[in-house]
Amino acid sequence: MASSEEDGSGNGSVEEKENGKKRSLGALATAWLIFYNIAMTAGWLVLGIAMARFYIQRGTHRGLFRSVQKILKFFQTFALLEVVHCAVVHTSVLVTGVQVSSRIFMVWFIAHSIKQIQNEESVILFLVVWTVTEITRYSFYTFNLLNHLPYFIKWARYNFFIILYPAGVAGELLTIYAALPYVKKTGMYSLRLPNKYNVSFDYYYFLIIVMFSYIPLFPQLYLHMLRQRRKVLHGEVIVEKDD
Amino acid sequence: MEGTALPLEGGGLEGLTLRRPPPPGKKAKKAVLFFEVEILDAKTREKLCFLDKVEPQATIAEIKNLFTKTHPQWYPARQSLRLEPKGRSLKDEDVLQSLPVGTTATFYFRDLGAQISWVTVFLTEYAGPLLIYLLFYFRVPFLYGPRYDFTASRHAVVHLACACHSFHYIKRLLETLFVHRFSHGTMPLRNIFKNCTYYWGFAAWMAYYINHPLYTPPAYGDEQVKLALAVFLFCQLGNFSIHVALRNLRPAGSKTRKIPYPTRNPFTWLFLLVSCPNYTYEVGSWIGFTIMTQCLPVALFSLVGFVQMAIWAQGKHRSYLREFRDYPPLRSPIVPFLL
Repeated sequence: MASSEEDGSGNGSVEEKENGKKRSLGALATAWLIFYNIAMTAGWLVLGIAMARFYIQRGTHRGLFRSVQKILKFFQTFALLEVVHCAVVHTSVLVTGVQVSSRIFMVWFIAHSIKQIQNEESVILFLVVWTVTEITRYSFYTFNLLNHLPYFIKWARYNFFIILYPAGVAGELLTIYAALPYVKKTGMYSLRLPNKYNVSFDYYYFLIIVMFSYIPLFPQLYLHMLRQRRKVLHGEVIVEKDD
Repeated sequence: MEGTALPLEGGGLEGLTLRRPPPPGKKAKKAVLFFEVEILDAKTREKLCFLDKVEPQATIAEIKNLFTKTHPQWYPARQSLRLEPKGRSLKDEDVLQSLPVGTTATFYFRDLGAQISWVTVFLTEYAGPLLIYLLFYFRVPFLYGPRYDFTASRHAVVHLACACHSFHYIKRLLETLFVHRFSHGTMPLRNIFKNCTYYWGFAAWMAYYINHPLYTPPAYGDEQVKLALAVFLFCQLGNFSIHVALRNLRPAGSKTRKIPYPTRNPFTWLFLLVSCPNYTYEVGSWIGFTIMTQCLPVALFSLVGFVQMAIWAQGKHRSYLREFRDYPPLRSPIVPFLL
């Protein structure tokens, strides 16, 4: 789920994993992470402002994606670094990898490659969701690293997702669905038989499978965030089902 | 005083049941010390079971059987008993008195979930690919277009590939029934769904392309196929040799573990370089099959299999090192000198 926030996939959220015990990172690592999170907060703020300006000035969402795509692509692609950060912050590489990959997928393999859907409303939906989510998330990590976390940021981080997450999923699914006819018509990213590798790939059916995969994945991630929320905001002790 | 009843409490003698001292003149009988066992839920610490008068030589297996009597839904295979709530599981062969417990032993119980026997899982996960591949080979209806139903491929390599694939899985089935000696009787039930999805899914994916009417035979023709067949057969023989050697290390019904060594069979000489030559040969077989079929899904299956087997080999290698002081230092887990 591109718009999901994985608790702990961050860069500075060491504390959450450790139940309050902060593990010390090296000074250099901490400095870098602070810089990274401030930069990302700023980047997504700029993106948010650019989107707002465009809409205020033009009164329409048509052409909005084209006008902000450079900023979006830069900052979203840069987030690949978070997979590397996992080694330092001791969070799950797999979960972070999945989250970042799904964002990269939406940006490059859907929105960028299939130009005809760039003016869909669903694109604006997920862009807005991502922007609010990322600004909240990165500022949360920043303040955490600086040891001065205002309660309202913690509150935002663990409450916004309740609306934002389903909204983001809706935006992504609607966008992929809108893209399907164009993929079928052009046969893009597909490989047909016969060929010397004896394999075939149909991007159209691949996208349909991706859409169905949201069904098992979305509830799990959403429930995970709900459990985290109860633990962090209400201090509930959750007996984890470990297997 | 004669015939004194001995104290049953105080002085740290709880749980001691001593017989009355014999009348003078008779030989004193040995005192028998029974244990008490309490079993607590590892997560909730709830007291689930209390057993008294447990023999000191009782094994964990016997205690598990006693526990099942009071909680029949938890048959022994799904019980994990430990000394600490998050500690490692005690083995069935462990003897009560040799454990670091007082005369009242406390065990923590975790439910491992529904279990299924290894043999059942292996048979199911291997029978699937055998049958599924044949469905595609014979071009059963609804797999390819109707005009191809029940037709045969015109490429010799396709027939050879079917023979090799079928041979491979028949070998695995027979080994499961007659060769392997399993350390554990069971595994969690959900594994059968996971494993079958993997084996059956990949088998269908590979078989679809190899038996497809638009299949493209190997670029280097007969030379490539012959080389691939040689590699495949060599590795199948190797893999079988290792399985037999491992079986002979362990007497029937036992769970002993010994360091495997090369035997007179040259295929087992790979033990000099590698801890798990069975995995090495298995990867080799699939590389052979990849070259034979020149099919990308086969290459991917080989790669995924290699990654999984490398992880298992590392684990096995490390446990050999932990268990045996004199483990040969030259050996690597799965790839000689490298991995």
